Amino acid sequence: MKTLVWVEHDNTSVKDATLSAVTAASKLGEVHLLVAGSGCKAVAEAAAQIAGVGKVHLADDAAYEHGLAENVAPLIVDLMGHHDAFVAPATTTGKNIAPRVAALLDVMQVSDILSVEGEKTFTRPIYAGNAIATVESGDAKLVVTVRGTAFEKAAATGGSAAIEDVSGAGDAGLSSFVGAEIAESERPELTSAKIIVSGGRALKDGPTFEEYILPLADKLGAAVGASRAAVDAGYVPNDYQVGQTGKIVAPEVYIAIGISGAIQHLAGMKDSKTIIAINKDEDAPIFQVADIGLVADLFSAVPELTGKL
Amino acid sequence: MKILVPVKRVIDYNVKPRVKSDGTGVDLANVKMSMNPFDEIAVEEAIRLKEAGSAEEIVAVSIGPAKAQETLRTALAMGADRAILVETDEEVEPLAVAKILKAIVDEEAPGLVILGKQAIDDDSNQTGQMLAALLGRPQGTFASKVVIEGDSVSVTREVDGGLETVKLAMPAVVTTDLRLNEPRYASLPNIMKAKKKPLDTKAPGDYGVEIAPRLKTLKVSEPPVRQAGIKVPDVDTLVAKLKDMGVA
Repeated sequence: MKTLVWVEHDNTSVKDATLSAVTAASKLGEVHLLVAGSGCKAVAEAAAQIAGVGKVHLADDAAYEHGLAENVAPLIVDLMGHHDAFVAPATTTGKNIAPRVAALLDVMQVSDILSVEGEKTFTRPIYAGNAIATVESGDAKLVVTVRGTAFEKAAATGGSAAIEDVSGAGDAGLSSFVGAEIAESERPELTSAKIIVSGGRALKDGPTFEEYILPLADKLGAAVGASRAAVDAGYVPNDYQVGQTGKIVAPEVYIAIGISGAIQHLAGMKDSKTIIAINKDEDAPIFQVADIGLVADLFSAVPELTGKL
Repeated sequence: MKILVPVKRVIDYNVKPRVKSDGTGVDLANVKMSMNPFDEIAVEEAIRLKEAGSAEEIVAVSIGPAKAQETLRTALAMGADRAILVETDEEVEPLAVAKILKAIVDEEAPGLVILGKQAIDDDSNQTGQMLAALLGRPQGTFASKVVIEGDSVSVTREVDGGLETVKLAMPAVVTTDLRLNEPRYASLPNIMKAKKKPLDTKAPGDYGVEIAPRLKTLKVSEPPVRQAGIKVPDVDTLVAKLKDMGVA
C-alpha cells in the first residue's frame, strides 16, 4: 500500500507531529510525503532525511503558503490517483484538511487513530477517550489522521528520499489568509514536552497562575498547560488548553495543580506516563488517575516544591 | 440571508459513558442525552447573527432517531425559526450526514452553515469539512470569532500555537470552537413557543442518500485502566519521588 503523508510545517521546518504520522504510515506500506507550502524547499530537504521515506512530493506555490484546505485538498486528491492512503497528523491543520480530502474521494475518514491493527483496521478513542473503538474501513482508499502521542516518532535523519516537484490547480479563489496571532513561548512545546506542569481554576487569576506555575515549570524544564476552566477565566491563552477540545498530551510526567479532573480534561492527558496531582480537595476526581497525589493547598505546597527542587 | 444549523443529539457531556460488556458499543439506555455542546454554540452564533441583522432566518437540522426532535425543540426554544428532522434509527456516519446536509443546502440555499467542530460521542471532527468539500464551498473550522463583511465572512480560527484569521466567500461552512460564545438558556415562555414552531420530518431516502456505514466497528472496549496511585503526605516525600524518577 502506498501512503501519502501530510508534512506539518511552517515553511521553514518540519513539525514533530509529522514524525509520528510517518511511523503510523510505515505500518501500512511505502511512505511518500507531501510538502505543500510557499518557499518551502528547505522543508522538503529536511523531510527527505526522515528515515523510511520513499519519496517527497514538493508543491511550492503561494496558494499553499498557509495550508488553506480549499487550495490544498484538490492537490492531495490529484496525488491520491496513485496512492492508496492519505495520512495526516491529528493537528488542527490535519483535522482541517483530511476530511475535505476524504469527502472529495467519497470515503469515510478514520480520525485520531491510536494503533494500526491491520491494513484497514485501526483503533481510535470515542466518548472523550472513555472507550476505544476498533474499526475496519470498507472504502477503496484510506484517509486517516494520527494521534501523535500514540506513535513513536520516526528518526528525523537517516533517510535519503528523492524530491519530486508537483503542481496543483493553485488558488481555488474561495478563501484567503488574513493574519495570525501566534502565542510567544520560550518553553518546550506542549504536545512534545517530556514534562508538563498544568494549572486549573484554583490559580485564581493570570498573575497568580504565572507566579505559582511558571517558576515550577522552569525549574523542571517543563511545558505549561492549563485546564479549560483556567483558559475560559482568561488566566492563559487557549493554546495552553489540555483536554478533549484542546491538546492531547502524553508526557513522561504530568503535574496537575489545582485541577479537579473533569472527564474532558482527563481525555487530554490520561495517557501520560506518570501523573502527579496537587489539590486540596481529597475527593477530586484527578486523584483517581494520579500515580502520586498530594492533598495540600497549592499556594503553600507549590512554592515549597519549587524551592526544594 | 438564511443560516442552516445542524445539531446532534448525544450523551450529556457530564455523563461518564459505560462500555457494554459484550463490546458492541457504549450503553445509552436510560442515559441522559442533550444537544452536542459545540452545536449549542453554533445555534447561539446563528441567533446572534440574526439579532445583529445579518440573517433573517435560522433553520435547525438534525439527523437521527425520533427523539432528536427534543434536540431540535431546544434549538427552536433558543431562537431558531424552524426545524427539519431527518429521521432514521441507523447510526449515520459523518460522510452520510454531510451528503444529507448537502441536499438540504441545495434546497434551502443558506448563506452560512454553522456546525459544531465535533460531536462529543464519536469525536470525529469531520462533518463540516466534508460538507464544505461536497458543496465546493470554503470552510472556517474551529471558529472563535465570526464577522460577516458583505458577501464574505471573516473567521478567526483556533489553531495549534494561537489564532489565525481567514476570509471566506459566502456561502461558507463554519464550525464552532468552544470560545466562540456562551450559549443562552431557553426561557420557559420560549420553550412553550418552540412547540408551535414548524418541524418537518423527512427520511434519508427523501434526499436520495445511501447511509450504509463505510466503517465497520469490530469492537468497543474500555480504555486501559491506570494502576491505583499513592498519596504522599508532604512536599518532601513528593520531591524524593520526583528525584527517584530522575525528573528533578
